[in-house]
Amino acid sequence: MPRVTIRVQAEAFDSAHETALLLRGHEDVGGVAAFTGIVRGGGGLVALELEHYPGMTESMMRRIAESACVRFGLAGCTVIHRVGRLAVGMPIVLVLCASAHRGGAQEATTFMMDWLKTSAPFWKREEFADGRSAWVEARAQDEAAKARWGSLAACDGGKKN
Amino acid sequence: MLRILYFAWLRDRLGRSGETLPLPQGAHCVQDLIAALNARGGEYAAIFARPELIRVAVNQSFATIAAPIAAHDEIAFFPPVTGG
Repeated sequence: MPRVTIRVQAEAFDSAHETALLLRGHEDVGGVAAFTGIVRGGGGLVALELEHYPGMTESMMRRIAESACVRFGLAGCTVIHRVGRLAVGMPIVLVLCASAHRGGAQEATTFMMDWLKTSAPFWKREEFADGRSAWVEARAQDEAAKARWGSLAACDGGKKN
Repeated sequence: MLRILYFAWLRDRLGRSGETLPLPQGAHCVQDLIAALNARGGEYAAIFARPELIRVAVNQSFATIAAPIAAHDEIAFFPPVTGG
């Protein structure tokens, strides 16, 4: 069984520590692909406030992760998404994918980020230096990125049953 | 009772994160609930008159407005998600 770890947390994560946990006892792994998302600055942005739907978030993250494990033959994966107020430059999301070979791990990382962005119930509110704040709007290009993976019954956002 | 949840700008504009209410008379699907909320007027009408801006989950799974609902369901309304 692939080792799947899903967490939603306010605290920072330690990528090296999480990688060690993912690899423990997995001698069949030939590579771990990692993606760390960072709060990107610009336009006077000071911080993001991340909100989520407790319960549904974790179950969607797990469905996405388990789909990735099956689709790409992963030995395991770890997905950690932070919530709360995150200043510019802070890490916001970590995806680790372990597999026997490089290709599957790297593709799975992209797959998971594309699905996380469009199917896990998180919302970002931007805080600006001048005191303004605004909810981030969903981007059509994120939907397009997800769509190229086809329609996965396991994590399709419920649009097709 | 239905458990209704609102997230992100829906919660901000409605001034509440959720509520419980009895299944409206004759309501069989999410669309019927939306019509009942829309009929309240005010911010509810402003939001629920444009269901295309809203996403729905029934019992923590994404659903369409045609999805059936029943007493004791948890129904969440929120904008398109923006995590990652």
